[in-house]
Amino acid sequence: MANADIYTAALAADGPSGPKPKRRFSRANIFLYGTLIVVSLYYLLPLYVMLVTSVKGMPEIRLGNVFSPPVEVTFQPWVKAWAEACTGINCDGLSRGFWNSVQILIPSVILSIAIASVNGYALSNWKFKGSEVFFTILIIGAFIPYQTMLYPIVILLREIGLMGSIWGLVLVHSVFGMPILTLLFRNYFASIPEELFKAARVDGAGFWQIYFQIMLPMALPIFVVAIILQVTGIWNDFLFGVIYTKPATYPMTVQLNNIVNSVQGIKEYNVNMAATLLTGLVPLIIYFASGKLFVRGIAAGAVKG
Amino acid sequence: MTVASDPPARSHAQRPSRLFKNMMAKIASIPMILTALVVFVGGTTWTVVHSFTGSRLLPKLNWVGVDQYERLWNTDRWIISIKNLGIYGVCSMIFTLVIGFTLAALLDRKIRFESAFRTIFLYPFALSFVVTGLAWQWILNPEFGIQSVVRGWGWETFTFNPLNDPDTVMFGLLIAGLWQGTGLIMCIMLAGLRGIDEDIWKACRVDGIGTVKTYVQVIIPMMRPVFITSLVLIASGIIKLYDLVVAQTNGGPGISSEVPAKYVINYMFQAQNLGQGFAASTMMLCSVIIILIPWAYLEFGGKKRG
Repeated sequence: MANADIYTAALAADGPSGPKPKRRFSRANIFLYGTLIVVSLYYLLPLYVMLVTSVKGMPEIRLGNVFSPPVEVTFQPWVKAWAEACTGINCDGLSRGFWNSVQILIPSVILSIAIASVNGYALSNWKFKGSEVFFTILIIGAFIPYQTMLYPIVILLREIGLMGSIWGLVLVHSVFGMPILTLLFRNYFASIPEELFKAARVDGAGFWQIYFQIMLPMALPIFVVAIILQVTGIWNDFLFGVIYTKPATYPMTVQLNNIVNSVQGIKEYNVNMAATLLTGLVPLIIYFASGKLFVRGIAAGAVKG
Repeated sequence: MTVASDPPARSHAQRPSRLFKNMMAKIASIPMILTALVVFVGGTTWTVVHSFTGSRLLPKLNWVGVDQYERLWNTDRWIISIKNLGIYGVCSMIFTLVIGFTLAALLDRKIRFESAFRTIFLYPFALSFVVTGLAWQWILNPEFGIQSVVRGWGWETFTFNPLNDPDTVMFGLLIAGLWQGTGLIMCIMLAGLRGIDEDIWKACRVDGIGTVKTYVQVIIPMMRPVFITSLVLIASGIIKLYDLVVAQTNGGPGISSEVPAKYVINYMFQAQNLGQGFAASTMMLCSVIIILIPWAYLEFGGKKRG
């Protein structure tokens, strides 16, 4: 990053002949910042609209437009979205979906990262015949559309009796999170100096001992990246949730969609927007709290293949 | 056990190769092996095989040849899905690349508050497609959203109602999709731009080439790998397009915003016509292969020759 800053500092110097007084309001600068600010407004607009809509009363929404700031702030829609909004016959709000999502999220994150980190460790330090082949299949698998594997997985889950349960979905998340996480861990473990591994081997440490006592403590940063990647990914999942769970165990995103797009009853836009924001809150908090690590996570996700 | 054929990584092949020595690694890799073989290879093969059967409610092996595919390509809904995906895909690729690169280039001009701008451009990527779709469904709502706001300013005939117009509904989805996805491409492009040697810029300045011209004629050609990575990312995202459509339009109005992924899921899990679903998903797989093979050739084939 420091290097990059030096580069940009060099780029910004205006011409080749050393420093000269900067004009803060040059035409180029106004254009630059103007464009960035206008684009920023476009990106911020939906968040703003969701926020103001969710704290207005329904009469105010019917009179005004989506952009007008609220005259009277009310948190009733948030309460209703959390505890009373209806999906079908159930009227206990999004809270059920939230707790379902939490119950899905925690074991999925732990299981998928546990499997993938061991995979990555085995693939970089304990290669065996065929390990690269499996890894290649795994990476190619990341590009196969999920639709081609949806039904066979239904059959597999039925066979082991997990279809429709939270644990079935946990398994599915672990399977589909595996390619990218394995790649992440494999690359990270490959960058750890080999001498460490060799020294431990000479001292007689085995597979698990090296993993738990040397590799795991050294890989904490990459674990954080993986956790961020998985928490946002699993929380935001809709497809697997809708297919592999039943209404009682729907994750939050599925329940949100059912609440907002239900055809019965009057549309309560403020409640809908409060529910939408509630669902988006978890990944948003992670995003704003993690900052650069989030970028690192998606960059890792981006360079797959 | 030899892994001599694998040059880049450190090979521990030289260590005494008794089978049991690596036993633990093999046992630990069982989940990966099962995933790769059973789910990825097995599942895909299973689906492709069953796409040649007349399975309806339950999968059966009653062969019907390519009947399912004939039916598929004679179904209006599938044709519309493919067209929609084409429109969405082409526009999405062009706009995502252009916007992503432009934003990255603007952020790379040593500006103040760079990280604030980057945070703003990237936050939609943290949100799910369902949240994105619902938020934009509300903003594009004809009664209260953008259309009503502009009409409120006095332009009474202003019409901007993409979500209820079969001809423009895909662009309504596109607006939301771009909002969600451009931040990621911007980040990748920015990383690419930061990787370009400062001397290139100096050389161009000495030669008197303007900033824009430098970007177009020098920097972009140099960033070819970054563009290819971005393209693959965008393309694999486009084929998966499902949640956004379900949340924002649910395929409507009518069937005018249907997409292949939705077609597959509807036929498999609602219409109880598994064979159609399998055939449609096999077509999706084919399209991925068509995209991936040239890319794999460019990425890996080129290196071998070089």
